[in-house]
Amino acid sequence: MAAVLEAVDNAPADGAAAPVQAFTVTLIVRRFDPEKDSEPYWQDFDVELFATDRVLDALHKIKWEQDGSLTFRRSCAHGICGSDAMRINGRNRLACKTLIKDLDITKPIYVEAIKGLPLEKDLIVDMEPFFASYREIQPFLVASGKPEKERIQSVAQRERFDDTTKCILCAACTSSCPVFWTDGQYFGPAAIVNAHRFIFDSRDEAAKVRLDILNDKEGVWRCRTTFNCTEACPRGIEVTKAIAEVKQAVLRGKPDVPKK
Amino acid sequence: MTSQATAPESSAASLPAPTKRKLPAGTLYRGREGMWSWVLHRITGTAIFFFLLVHILDTSLIRISPEAYDAVIGTYKTPIMGIGETALVAAIGLHALNGLRIICIDLFSWGPRAQRVMFWVAIGLWVVLLIGFVPRHLMTVFGGH
Repeated sequence: MAAVLEAVDNAPADGAAAPVQAFTVTLIVRRFDPEKDSEPYWQDFDVELFATDRVLDALHKIKWEQDGSLTFRRSCAHGICGSDAMRINGRNRLACKTLIKDLDITKPIYVEAIKGLPLEKDLIVDMEPFFASYREIQPFLVASGKPEKERIQSVAQRERFDDTTKCILCAACTSSCPVFWTDGQYFGPAAIVNAHRFIFDSRDEAAKVRLDILNDKEGVWRCRTTFNCTEACPRGIEVTKAIAEVKQAVLRGKPDVPKK
Repeated sequence: MTSQATAPESSAASLPAPTKRKLPAGTLYRGREGMWSWVLHRITGTAIFFFLLVHILDTSLIRISPEAYDAVIGTYKTPIMGIGETALVAAIGLHALNGLRIICIDLFSWGPRAQRVMFWVAIGLWVVLLIGFVPRHLMTVFGGH
């Protein structure tokens, strides 16, 4: 450790490698410990960060160096697992994909749990209602033919639902939806996106079933096109567009899947 | 809290007492055009609903007593009601134009991608309509006719 520190001190010997500038960034994190607190509260932390750091690195620094009780989920830390969706400066983001340089660090960074799901501790919410809606739309291929060889699909047919295959189930979309905040029964954008992925798949045979499920009072018609989900999606899925396509498929009685 | 300044990188031994901030709830979700158009649509829609409720009541007065009807309609000519009418027209105009935008989003494949442009087009048309209406209307309200 001492050697490393020394190396850092003597770093800009050849002039080319100027020291990377670090900033002191204030994070204001919404904390909640169900065993101690009756309601959540905001807590300030000052963290030394580089422009290339991410909000997740800031949370790690807090947890490892300042307050080990800070609680949050993260697994892969590279935008694939979908564990660390949280509200950063009032917008749902993945902490591992939000760079400090993209935020205004002259002001504090507000970090809090995603909205609309039961808060368990600090930045962790109960994801069960979210996954329950996901399971309800039957997120698996329903096909009657025996899988003796591959199910042939054209490029155009695969392209039809390509956008909605990117979902990582982080809940950033569903918990950005004003309808979902006030109506927990609403399926939510993520469940509809994953229904879209199979409804518009030419190999799948249960589109009618899924369209029936989503033609519910709490189904696609709850969508009020606020586009918060599209803005929030860390995978860039056009969520509201997918929901609109499901609405049209419900009206038409079947999805418009390319014949070949 | 003061110990923090002297030992910025020190261990957990000098943990500062948590600064509890008394901000009320969470931060307001920072949606963009889509969310705010929805908020405006809700507000104008609710306002128009209450107007229609009152309007049906005052119109139905004519079947009960034409004099009462005349008295109620007479109050509509006061300047306060005149300003209220301006707000009503503004609300209906915005609700109608944004409603067309929502129909395009829901029913046309190009709709969702064009939503932001359509929002500003709707706002633009709304402003043009109000520029045409408001001065003329306020002239009749305050012109004494």
